[in-house]
Amino acid sequence: MLSYILRRLSHTVLVIIAVSLIIFFAIRLTGDPVSIMFGAGEPSQQAVEELTAKLGLDKPVWEQYIIFMKDLVTLDFGTSYRSNSPVLGMLLERAWPTIALALGGMAVALLIAVPLGILSAIYKGKSIDVFSRIFSLLGISFPNFWLAFMLILIFAVQLKWLPVSGFDGFSSLILPSIALGLILSGILVRLIRTSMLEVLKMQYVTTARAKGIREWLVIIRHAFRNALLPTVTFVGLQFGGLLGGAVIVEQVFSWPGIGRLIVDSINQRDYPVVQGGVILLALIMILVNLIVDLCYSLINPKIRTGRGDN
Amino acid sequence: MTQIMETETIEIKKANRIISILKFIKNNPTGIIGLLLVVTTIMCAIFAPYIAPYDPGAASLGHRLDLPKWLDDSGKSQYLLGGDQVGRDLLSRIIYGARISLLVGICGVFISLVLGTFLGIVSGYFGKWMDDLIMRLAEVQMGLPFILLAIVIMSVFGTGIEKIIIILGLTYWVSFARLIRGEILALKEQEYIQAAKAIGGTHFKIILKHILPNVASSILVLATMCIAEFILLEASLTFLGLGVEPTVPSWGGMLADSRNYMTSAWWISVFPGVAIMLTVLGFNLLGDWLRDRLDPNMKV
Repeated sequence: MLSYILRRLSHTVLVIIAVSLIIFFAIRLTGDPVSIMFGAGEPSQQAVEELTAKLGLDKPVWEQYIIFMKDLVTLDFGTSYRSNSPVLGMLLERAWPTIALALGGMAVALLIAVPLGILSAIYKGKSIDVFSRIFSLLGISFPNFWLAFMLILIFAVQLKWLPVSGFDGFSSLILPSIALGLILSGILVRLIRTSMLEVLKMQYVTTARAKGIREWLVIIRHAFRNALLPTVTFVGLQFGGLLGGAVIVEQVFSWPGIGRLIVDSINQRDYPVVQGGVILLALIMILVNLIVDLCYSLINPKIRTGRGDN
Repeated sequence: MTQIMETETIEIKKANRIISILKFIKNNPTGIIGLLLVVTTIMCAIFAPYIAPYDPGAASLGHRLDLPKWLDDSGKSQYLLGGDQVGRDLLSRIIYGARISLLVGICGVFISLVLGTFLGIVSGYFGKWMDDLIMRLAEVQMGLPFILLAIVIMSVFGTGIEKIIIILGLTYWVSFARLIRGEILALKEQEYIQAAKAIGGTHFKIILKHILPNVASSILVLATMCIAEFILLEASLTFLGLGVEPTVPSWGGMLADSRNYMTSAWWISVFPGVAIMLTVLGFNLLGDWLRDRLDPNMKV
């Protein structure tokens, strides 16, 4: 088990280094932050040089990268060019709304997908199954930002039930969560249906039924719990997509999350914030996958050793 | 007499053919709907100048935010789906928008398909260090949230159709490579491949004649679904202002423009979205149906 965790962690480090390399050099190609920071004014040569030196941009790019990585190891993400405050603090402050949104989206997805998936497996080929198939195909065909538009148009503009945008209590979380979660639920429904169908064929389900256990208990306790395994892995894998979707949904709802912070910072050439944000998101994604895999291997000892130990 | 009988058999044959086509349609409703949606979009894209009732770029301030024709009682509006914020015909712009979506979807998938197939074959067939290298590369790619990578790259190189196609193509090879690698690993040990090797078949010939035909149907399904996803991603990026140039009529761009008029002119933010959804749904239905037909093992 320990060697498995260590191997996974070493992969994580490699991926983070690769991500940091890509983002570090790509963002430096987007333009010069110094000229943007002076705005429309015409600074003297000396002022430009001073600011460049102050930001550490006068050094060779490789040296800048090494300094950046050294700081990163000590969890120092640098300071923002625009606000002069530490990047880590800015990111953490914005992380909560994004995490709330991601969790909200996940909750919506599960609330819809679990019952619908189970029902369409039990009533395979019946009308509920057809409905769930149409629902899931529609779900994956919706652009999430447009779904967000339509939700705003109906529930905020027309019916005035919920706020149009902003981050203010539970009611403002509802529409963004639905916009994010509905699409994911489209994929999840099919997955839960498939794994339920497989589990329902198993002998232990037949045994449970033969013992005279009530049908709904058989479905929930014996079948669904086992069908959950592939669902859990999948949810972990989809977390990245969820974060990506959050970036877009945040734009529509003016949600003060990491996604909007990163997009704004790209436009302002605020290098440290962009680098820190992207690395933090990649880190969250990888960690979620790692935790999911660990949970999975705890439940299912067969895959614990991985391919290297076979 | 024989003359009559001959025409009769021909008639019956014709009727039989029509019946079998009808049966096919009845048994495969989703596939047919998907195909219809996809064909409609393709037709719109190809024949846009002939189908579109107006010039998609012709602004006319007199028709600014005109209601859709069928909702307008005053008779001022001449546009079927209404006018946009500078008085252009929404319908014509949606028809022209199909060009962008399809171009990005199909060209993007072509790039990732070629790249992914090549890397998948190298990885699965030759294995060893190449396999390790390619799979690590895939892991890095999967570790990056695509939309963020795209945002950074698009802000480096600026907006443009060709750039979006290249980015999508270069990031989505992973799915194709993994699929093909997996299938090859399973096929490699099959007896007929071993036999082909034993009688002296070259690698190239074995891959071309024995392996590719076996993975073709899975690739086709994945490619169809991938087109759907690319259309969505292009629209999202254009919506963020980082996709196609704002001057080109594209569905994502139209939705981005509509943001400020959501309360006063709902049609601008509804119809382009419907166009995206129907097109994407078409490809998804088609892909779903192809999967059922071609590949019962992959059925989800």
